Amino acid sequence: MSPVLAIMRRELRSYFVTPLAYVFLVIFLFLAGVLTFYVGDFYERGLADLQPFFDFHPWLYLVFAPALTMRLWAEERKSGTLELLFTLPLSTTQAMLGKFLAAWAFVALALALTFPMWLTVNYLGNPDNGVILAGYLGSLLMAGSFLAVGCCISALTRSQVVAFILTVAVCFLLVMAGLPALQDLVNGLIPPGMAAALSELSILRHFRAIARGVLDLRDLIYFTLAIVTWLTAGVVILQLKRGD
Amino acid sequence: MIEAEHLTRRYGRLTAVDDLSFRAEPGQVVGLLGPNGAGKSTVMRMVSGFIAPSAGTARICGHDVRKQPLAAKRVLGYLPEGAPSYGELTVREFLVFVARVRGLRNGDLRRHLETAVARLDLADVLDAPIDALSKGFRRRVGLARAILHEPQVLMLDEPTDGLDPNQKRDVRSLIDAMARKRTILISTHLLEEVHALCNRVLILARGKLLADATPADLESRSRYHGAVSFSAAGSGVARAMLERMQGVASVEVDPLDGRVTVLPQAGHAILGPVQELLRAQGLKVTEIQLERGRLEEVFRSMTTHGVQGEA
Repeated sequence: MSPVLAIMRRELRSYFVTPLAYVFLVIFLFLAGVLTFYVGDFYERGLADLQPFFDFHPWLYLVFAPALTMRLWAEERKSGTLELLFTLPLSTTQAMLGKFLAAWAFVALALALTFPMWLTVNYLGNPDNGVILAGYLGSLLMAGSFLAVGCCISALTRSQVVAFILTVAVCFLLVMAGLPALQDLVNGLIPPGMAAALSELSILRHFRAIARGVLDLRDLIYFTLAIVTWLTAGVVILQLKRGD
Repeated sequence: MIEAEHLTRRYGRLTAVDDLSFRAEPGQVVGLLGPNGAGKSTVMRMVSGFIAPSAGTARICGHDVRKQPLAAKRVLGYLPEGAPSYGELTVREFLVFVARVRGLRNGDLRRHLETAVARLDLADVLDAPIDALSKGFRRRVGLARAILHEPQVLMLDEPTDGLDPNQKRDVRSLIDAMARKRTILISTHLLEEVHALCNRVLILARGKLLADATPADLESRSRYHGAVSFSAAGSGVARAMLERMQGVASVEVDPLDGRVTVLPQAGHAILGPVQELLRAQGLKVTEIQLERGRLEEVFRSMTTHGVQGEA
């Protein structure tokens, strides 16, 4: 496991070596707060829970996750360090895992820094802290899926901009798949079975289930599978596309 | 030891490396010499395990790079072309990162780090970001990274490319110092480098191996091998006599400085007779030299032979 840890540490170091990571954290926390209190009617609802807070997470991650993952492989390709990395004694899987874990740890840190939200709601009322914990877990898993998509797509290109835009597009589709608007749209076009399958693929649907406090094994398996599948695809891409 | 067996790499319809086989033993510094685009880097990338060969394979210290890539990479120190590194890290962070990936830790890590830093004289820049360093320093950081784990096999892709003469000399003396007991493969398009460093040369052009010889061996294939060149005032008459002399193939005159080069027929030693003739003619010879052969000329004739329309 040592190479994985070494890669993870280096990636985290690279995040924090510029002020970018701090700016990033501040904007994330600011937006999470603003959206919850102003757009999400946190007070007016009169309920002691963090649902308005978690409701905005898919949309926040839609922009933040691709920004975190875009450079992971694209930059290595562009600067030629890919050749350096893959002539060290480590497997492609280890390298991929190290980078993914670094990005995930960064998101975990951002999420952990939203703790004042949790303090606030506990100060104002008596929320079900189990549900809140589930919400955090669901949010982290959802972020993991977005990041896995980003890790895979970053491996495809040497351009960070291309990686960012493609990742946003794919993640957007994964979120949209579960929205009623899209469901209505496709209902008439494809067989009901396929429409149902499409909605099952939706990140939003599984996230909302967990965020309601229902820890269903199927939702956990969904996120785990999503992460493993996208990372595996990224590893395959890296193995096929080395020299160019 | 490096063993390459029938290494081939195709990119679409282009064959970048064509059925290349060679062996490099410990103690040897082997120069992979060829014009730009000959396939040197592709060979390096296949042997180092970065890209997979289309056919054939390579072994490093007996470890097949396709079947046991991790074992092969453990005993290999490789400097890719241009010495890439993570510019945002400091030299120390970068070296520690590589050491950790290689599984070194604590005391071991510190010892290897100190040795490499001392060897490449990096102590003063250890905490500077790599991006802030000059090209020469960045190359040294790359070299320190490659030798960090004291590898038995070292492969350096154009290690002195783009360095100034002093830096070139430094890198060469380092390679020289490392050469004992290790197997070193360097790629270059600089002939002086082959002279300065290598005890064996592989000449590569258009993906094919054209020669595998010592530098001296190659020089002896030059038509200048054994030629005598001299500078003397008023050498016109002597020139005509030299041309008729036994064992002389031809006489060339440098149009710029009037230096005369007498080329021998194969197998003839002409230094003595030429000197005698010059003395008999009473010429004032300011300088005379026996040539070993011009590597440059051998290289050019080998790598451009049979190719039309190539500059």
